[in-house]
Amino acid sequence: MEAPTPHEVEVVHRTLTDHLPILQVIIPLLAAPLCVLLRERALVRGMAIGVAWTCLAISVTLLQHVMEHGVISYAVGGWDAPFGIEYRIDLLNAYILVVVSAIAAVVFPFGRGGEGLALNPARVHLFYAALLLCLCGLLGMAATGDAFNIFVFLEISSLASYSLIALGRGRRALRAAYSYLVMGTIGGTFFLIGIGLLYQTTGTLNIVDLHDRLQPVIGSRTVVVAFAFLVVGLGIKLALFPLHQWLPNAYTHAPAKISAFLAATATKVGFYVLLRVLFTIFGATFVFTTLRLHNLLLPMSLAAMFVGSLAAIAQTDIKRLLAYSSIAQIGYMTLGVSMGNVDGLAGGIVHLFNHAMMKGGLFLVVACVVLRTGSAKIDDMAGLGRKMPLTMAAFVVGGLSLIGVPATVGFVSKWYLVKGALERGWEPVALLILLSSLLAVIYVWRVLEVIYFRERPEGAKEVGEVDATMLIPTWILIGAAVFFGLRAELTSQVALDTARMLLGTGL
Amino acid sequence: MSGLPIYWMAIVLMMVGLYTVIARDNLVKKIMGLNLFQVAVIMLYVSMGKVEEGTAPILDHGHLPEGFQHFSNPLPHVLMLTAIVVGVATTALGLALAVRIKEEYGTVEEDEIVLMDQALERGEG
Amino acid sequence: MIGYAMLVPAVGALLVGLVGWLTGEDEETGGNDKREAVTIVATLVTFGIVAGKILPAVLDGARPAWTLFEVVPGVPLAFEVEPLGMLFALVASGLWIPTSIYAFGYMRGHHEHNQTRFFVCFAAAIFAALGIAFAANLFTLFLFYEVLTFSTYPLVTHEGSEKAMKAGRVYLGILVFTSVTFLLFAIIWTYQLTGTLDFTDGGILAGKVGSGQATILLALFAFGTGKAALMPFHRWLPNAMVAPTPVSALLHAVAVVKAGVFTVLKVIIYIFGLDFLTVTGAAEWLCWVAAFTLLSSSIIALTKDNLKARLAYSTVSQLSYIVLGAALATTAGALGGGMHIAMHAMGKITLFFCAGSIIVFAHKTEVSQMDGLGRRMPLTMAAFFLGSMSIIGLPPMGGSWSKWYLALGAAEADHVIFVFVLMASSLLSIGYLMPVVGRAFFLPPKPWVDDHGHEHAPQTTRSEGHWTCTVPLCATAVGCILLFFFGTEVRELLLPIFGPTSAMVESIR
Repeated sequence: MEAPTPHEVEVVHRTLTDHLPILQVIIPLLAAPLCVLLRERALVRGMAIGVAWTCLAISVTLLQHVMEHGVISYAVGGWDAPFGIEYRIDLLNAYILVVVSAIAAVVFPFGRGGEGLALNPARVHLFYAALLLCLCGLLGMAATGDAFNIFVFLEISSLASYSLIALGRGRRALRAAYSYLVMGTIGGTFFLIGIGLLYQTTGTLNIVDLHDRLQPVIGSRTVVVAFAFLVVGLGIKLALFPLHQWLPNAYTHAPAKISAFLAATATKVGFYVLLRVLFTIFGATFVFTTLRLHNLLLPMSLAAMFVGSLAAIAQTDIKRLLAYSSIAQIGYMTLGVSMGNVDGLAGGIVHLFNHAMMKGGLFLVVACVVLRTGSAKIDDMAGLGRKMPLTMAAFVVGGLSLIGVPATVGFVSKWYLVKGALERGWEPVALLILLSSLLAVIYVWRVLEVIYFRERPEGAKEVGEVDATMLIPTWILIGAAVFFGLRAELTSQVALDTARMLLGTGL
Repeated sequence: MSGLPIYWMAIVLMMVGLYTVIARDNLVKKIMGLNLFQVAVIMLYVSMGKVEEGTAPILDHGHLPEGFQHFSNPLPHVLMLTAIVVGVATTALGLALAVRIKEEYGTVEEDEIVLMDQALERGEG
Repeated sequence: MIGYAMLVPAVGALLVGLVGWLTGEDEETGGNDKREAVTIVATLVTFGIVAGKILPAVLDGARPAWTLFEVVPGVPLAFEVEPLGMLFALVASGLWIPTSIYAFGYMRGHHEHNQTRFFVCFAAAIFAALGIAFAANLFTLFLFYEVLTFSTYPLVTHEGSEKAMKAGRVYLGILVFTSVTFLLFAIIWTYQLTGTLDFTDGGILAGKVGSGQATILLALFAFGTGKAALMPFHRWLPNAMVAPTPVSALLHAVAVVKAGVFTVLKVIIYIFGLDFLTVTGAAEWLCWVAAFTLLSSSIIALTKDNLKARLAYSTVSQLSYIVLGAALATTAGALGGGMHIAMHAMGKITLFFCAGSIIVFAHKTEVSQMDGLGRRMPLTMAAFFLGSMSIIGLPPMGGSWSKWYLALGAAEADHVIFVFVLMASSLLSIGYLMPVVGRAFFLPPKPWVDDHGHEHAPQTTRSEGHWTCTVPLCATAVGCILLFFFGTEVRELLLPIFGPTSAMVESIR
């Protein structure tokens, strides 16, 4: 018998475990058309939940593997990098994958199917198909190590989320989805231009390879222009002030469950890609020493924190309030990046996780409220403290976390951000971080006073507590916001290691 | 310098598209602008693949076709196949949304829609 | 042990909530015997553990410690009982017992609603106070400091009226603003400079910061601790008086405000270190701020006709005694400050109990209405007299000891002027407290007009009010006298905070 060629040996030795990075993305991708074929609502819903849980299991396995053995490199179709598409899982994307799939695993089972959708119940399977595609896109963006592949997954997730937003009740959802589509496409295309210019300069699309090949030509005009296109394009995707205009409308008019899912994941993955671009492709030295990006990013982040929070104070719609609060919270994340030191960056990264937990939880609370009262107006929440005690208690805890009260995740983020600012010698910035969190006190308390101190108006719709399918997911996220606020060593260690990795060698 | 005219063309096309997206109130025209914008980028990519005196990257019985020293780079074209698909999907979705908006509001003019929404908000307030 | 001491009020809060929720409350009075029984058991068990288990260990010179886990790397959630915290815990958990009994009578007498929420938050506040008392580092302290703020908010706004909500906004606004902007900033900065947040004998900042930076840091700590009610961040305290009187009594005369000054004391003794402050003079300005607060709030108290408001400003003034004692950075001053935590607590809680009884059972809130009240409520007014004596600092009341050491501390620091400040403030406190007693016992009762505009003949028959209110206030009044005789024990408990072999300690032994 002939000895096997080296190529065949490789094939033989591959087990299912080695394929986890791609399975992560493939499973939701294949499940989506399956949804359309199955049509049966309960079946589709069950499958979507199953897929989300499988993805969570995979991502946790990947994170463990990365923490123990280091970076995983997976060559799609057996074509090695940099020629083939490489899926490269390091600490940062393993962490993002866990965040995204965990949120999916919690949010997907929320409620019983298509409630709150402007959709014929007979076609709810399409909703789940879009949801799975969105998940696939987000996971793909996080998992892949190929710049063009990021674009493709970016568009998959975006297209899915436009249609999901359009499913919100009321015709304004359609307009919100349309505006998001226009803005999102421009953002995505900018990103595409940036990649094109980089490809033109270096001839490669693999992000690690890009980093190496960019070094000799790093200061050239093409590269700087590419950088600008990439950052602006991503800025739109992650709603970086002043490119945030699409976000409040989209989150306000989308179905509440979708708001929860997108608020907790979509902007986070956008932020992840920004980190990849800044630190992995271009490198911290270029970004902070040559371009001095912090001179731009710092004022924009501070503006986001204050404009977002102040706008949130003025809102009368709870979903819009939370949406503006998201803009402020994204400001915290980019602020951490602008510090360019380990503590600040770790603060941004840990806030990514923390904000996903608390904002996801809060949007789920709102979803409960909307399903019960049929309204997202803050005034219509009057007296709910007695009618829906458990849901509203979740809102209290989530709100405290937004404020950054110790023992909640919000505090941990603030701790690292302030520490980073002090280390950088930016005392006024540290003070501004703390002051802006006080604005959160105002907008959270406005709502709490309505919930607990105002009587339910005469003749208002009789409401009761929501059922367990909604309470459990809500409390899982809110509970996580407290648990990881106390046992923050778990998340902050990962964030610190990631920050060191990003600031150190690049990858 | 030979690449310059095509870059200019791409930029002009891109700006025409972007201008249309920003300046037009008609939702369908906005989609057209968006299309132009994307096409400009596709052009840009395709132009990158051109290698001077290169030919289509097809082997002729295992050899370079006669009279050519190199192939053009096929990768940008391949990438653009995906980008075109994305563009088509975006256009389809955008137009579908426009149709739904027309059904709900009775118009596809954005300024009219804005007025209707504002009236609605005042009514709620 | 620390865990159990803190677990009991926490579990107590849950049980009270559960029992209250399951059994409902009385339509008329809002009372519920089962819920009250759970509360009283929780108070007794808590105090039993604190006084019976932890206190003997601390008196033996041990410092029981309990570390849970690291919250962020290098900053654990940890507890350690040192003498100052021991004293604070004793005061808070000890006075919780009479206050609970008092609250049963008061809340029923006042026909308050939502009493279950009230008792749940009350227990949660005690849990937080114990957390502050036992905190082993600044982070843990800050954590429970905020828990205390948020758990007392529903108590302040208990009434649910527009006025209560406004007061609640001021309360939360000032306390959260100061703690988040200044205190948290100072904490993270300290961590940045020293790499630790542990309370350490002799301080952790010496050698790490210059005198200028130390001054700024101390300012951040002192003003950041809004609960210490230093001017100009004192307004939350008078506002908090809108709460039911048991809350004013235990929380806004004892647990919450003492948590504030306790934080200042801990920071000065264990973060800065007395020696470091003496050398750098970084606390010099704080003496003046405290002295100003002390005098001006006494003067404001003179102008208040509402009894609870008067007592509130008196509290602001008395808190500054403690801050002044700490800021003097002498052993006697810090000792006096520490003792004053206990002495003032006992005196002021008595006064608030009396004020509450007067509100509920005599329906009077203003000092000018209290003519001849001594004939109607002799026991209550007698207790008020004893409490006043203690606040003024006359023997044989506990308050005389702490004032003695504070004055000694001022003299030791060569700041004789502060001795005069203390004297002047004592005179002022005679001015705002004694008229109440004088009117009650020596002026004839006046006819009074009720809320509905009806005039009533003066009531002279004896009616003290419900025993659940009278017994606690008499008990704490007696406590004021007892503290005079046990002053030495309190001092001995506190002395180890200065280290075992300090020459300064010998000087005051």
